[in-house]
Amino acid sequence: MSKVYISGIGQLPVREHWDYSLRELAARAVLLAMDDAQIESADALYVGNMLSGILTGQENLGTLIAEYTGLEGIEAIKVEAACASGAAALRQAFLTVSSGILETVVVVGVEKLTELSGFQTTAALATAADADYEAAMGLNFCAINALLMRRYMHEYKYNRADFAEFVVTAHRNAVHNPNAMFQFEITQEQYSKSKMIADPISLLDSSPIADGAAAVVITSNKKSIIPERTVSIACCEPGTDTIAVHNRNNPLWLKGVEKSTFKALKTAGVSHQDIDALEGHDAFSIMSALSLEAGGFAEKGQAVATANNGEFDLDGRLPISVFGGLKGRGHPVGATGIYQIVESAMQLRGEAPNELQLEDVKRIMTQNIGGSGSNVTTTILQKATF
Amino acid sequence: MDIPRNWRLRSPRYRLIGSQCQNCNELFFPQVLVCTNCKSREIDPFIFSGKGRVYSYSTVYQGAAEFEDYIPYIVALIDLDEGPRISAQLTDIPPEQLEIGLPVEKVVRKISEEGERGVIMYGYKFRPVLNPK
Repeated sequence: MSKVYISGIGQLPVREHWDYSLRELAARAVLLAMDDAQIESADALYVGNMLSGILTGQENLGTLIAEYTGLEGIEAIKVEAACASGAAALRQAFLTVSSGILETVVVVGVEKLTELSGFQTTAALATAADADYEAAMGLNFCAINALLMRRYMHEYKYNRADFAEFVVTAHRNAVHNPNAMFQFEITQEQYSKSKMIADPISLLDSSPIADGAAAVVITSNKKSIIPERTVSIACCEPGTDTIAVHNRNNPLWLKGVEKSTFKALKTAGVSHQDIDALEGHDAFSIMSALSLEAGGFAEKGQAVATANNGEFDLDGRLPISVFGGLKGRGHPVGATGIYQIVESAMQLRGEAPNELQLEDVKRIMTQNIGGSGSNVTTTILQKATF
Repeated sequence: MDIPRNWRLRSPRYRLIGSQCQNCNELFFPQVLVCTNCKSREIDPFIFSGKGRVYSYSTVYQGAAEFEDYIPYIVALIDLDEGPRISAQLTDIPPEQLEIGLPVEKVVRKISEEGERGVIMYGYKFRPVLNPK
């Protein structure tokens, strides 16, 4: 197996990009990453995207974006795994490069969620759930997460206000990330007064609908990389669970997250203590709690209490959502997994904004979760050694 | 649109028909092709009683377009008495009666409609048990 390096990164700010089309967003991120890697061509382009067909009326994104970036003629496909499409595309690129079949692959995550109304976008996002037995019954993603949060509060005796910590931390970090959608702080009081969307989930428990694109160049070609600016991919491991939450024996235990996280640690040959920071999937604050527990970063039923002890703050035991997470940076679904990779690569290169740069950071885990924990990809990045 | 789909789903939606594994007797809703417990493919239909208890619930204030007219509405995860868990709406229930563990029973109601000329979708909802024994 070849060692796989990230030789280039690029991202657009997460915004409501009314002036950019889907192809424009993706292409600009691809070109930024290619410029960063100082390359003009690649062997393949993998596109992580969930909803281009429904929201933009456009599929065949591989071909579209390859052509628009001057890469026409190369292998180019879209990879879809709901909100985890970005990391799923990275996984496919990682397999291709580590196997030695291809040398240099560009991966771009792109999503355009602000083209239609909120009602239509909500319905489109619900296609990641079971269409016949969840979405058709009126369960959208907020509702599914609300059912999990209510049960979690019931079983582990928490109040809604206890979850504010995840949101406050994410926004506090996002203030310093110029690419974040929300560069402002949220107080505990604002969280408590926030408008209910699906009780007990409020607007401030939810990551925002947004447009975005982020890209990375991955390669096995050591000659093409700049050592001090290069990060290696130690592993990129998937895990799945049932599509519908009702088909899980214990809905509060995300088996897909457990499988993906523990496989990743095993493949990288490291333990939980070796992870210096985690860019997790805080689509809703309850998802932070459930994924930290299933991933082994908090005891069962204790993630919320652990967060309130400050252990996931920038100066805590395991900083999470360092660049703002899905809540603060924003959640352009198919692009999110690649934003996590780009941010973590910046961190390992020492190129994070001053306020967010962690000291002595060697290894970062990113975790991209599709559906309500149904399709997960966990990646561990580390400083490259030669 | 979706007419074949609504027709195809009539058994689970109106009669709560799921599956039973003929090898290990595991019950499933919705129906399965392969038993997730023993991997057997000998699967027969099974009609659930429609009785169960609320595992969790939520009042939805913001939803997809086809549910806009029903907001706020209540969704729940319900543990059926025979075992499987199901996602459905609760109906005929005053908000103060909502609680985890509440005994409920199946009724067939209108779930959604696709505008004035579209298909009206009917299916299961659950209400508090009317005549508890």
